[in-house]
Amino acid sequence: MGSTRLYTKGRVLGHKRAKRNSSPNTSLLQIEGVATKEDAQHYLGKRVAYVYRAKRPIQGTKVRVIWGRVTRPHGNSGVVKSKFSSNLPPHAFGASVRVMLYPSNI
Amino acid sequence: MARSKELVPSVGRLSRSGVFAARALYKGAKKTTAAPAAEVPSTKEVQVGGAKNGGKRVVPTSKASRFYPAEDVRQPKKSRKSPKPASLRSSITPGTVLILLAGRFRGKRVVFLKQLESGLLLVTGPFKVNGVPLRRVNQAYVIATSTKVELSGFKVDEKINDAYFAKGKKSAAATAEEEFFSEGKPKEKEAFPATKASDQKTVDAAIVAAIKKTENLGKYLKASWGLSKGQYPHQLSF
Repeated sequence: MGSTRLYTKGRVLGHKRAKRNSSPNTSLLQIEGVATKEDAQHYLGKRVAYVYRAKRPIQGTKVRVIWGRVTRPHGNSGVVKSKFSSNLPPHAFGASVRVMLYPSNI
Repeated sequence: MARSKELVPSVGRLSRSGVFAARALYKGAKKTTAAPAAEVPSTKEVQVGGAKNGGKRVVPTSKASRFYPAEDVRQPKKSRKSPKPASLRSSITPGTVLILLAGRFRGKRVVFLKQLESGLLLVTGPFKVNGVPLRRVNQAYVIATSTKVELSGFKVDEKINDAYFAKGKKSAAATAEEEFFSEGKPKEKEAFPATKASDQKTVDAAIVAAIKKTENLGKYLKASWGLSKGQYPHQLSF
């Protein structure tokens, strides 16, 4: 049985920030296997899903998703900036996100 | 029409979608048509009294307003642009094996047949090989592989177009539950239309024949695709 995973794993590093100010409308993600700005180019525009579980079921499911998109690289080491439909909560920091393979241009 | 009562100035009780639901415009366009207005001539003749200046005059039927805005009101520019279907990626040509990335058949490999007028891609498993029927997909949700099925002499029937995939009219039952239990017991599942089944067979016959010419191509199409540990899409060549 082969693998059925159709997304790349990523990790939420935190919000975009400066020394004292943070801008929670942009989140920084580290995508697995991406170590340079050039590698990150492949993932620009791709959809990102932060999947988490909550106590109260909505429409019969306790699983919830915050969708977002990769917008641009951040620095030279492959980290990317991303925007989510609602800002990621700080408890998502360090959590894993799914970087989808679509919209595809291959 | 003020269905969304204001909670505080400029903040309505209902959301935009709430107002839409309350207005119930989705229940269909108005069926009655207005009766054609009777033709009214733009001018009429009137008798004007007066000793020296009496006589007949031609005057407009409806008097023009004495007021007109001193400032010109800008008319918004009419857009003459219309959306065009997406152009096909150069990597996708008839016969290309695609990997579906989302939807019910995600992870499956399918054969691309042609681009429909709407810009969507017509694909088939073929159904016999991997269970994917004739289907439309958006090219954004597809990876094109370098594998190709030789389909040079193959033409898709013209009747398989966007309308072919349109859904039928829904029945009048108000809720899905009502419809499902309308006769006291669960409704029988509707059989798959025989015409579509035979269309699938005729299309697939040609493609399966082409697949058989290459060794292992059938097995390749049957296998589903996924990323495993240590595989990164930016390093892969498909």
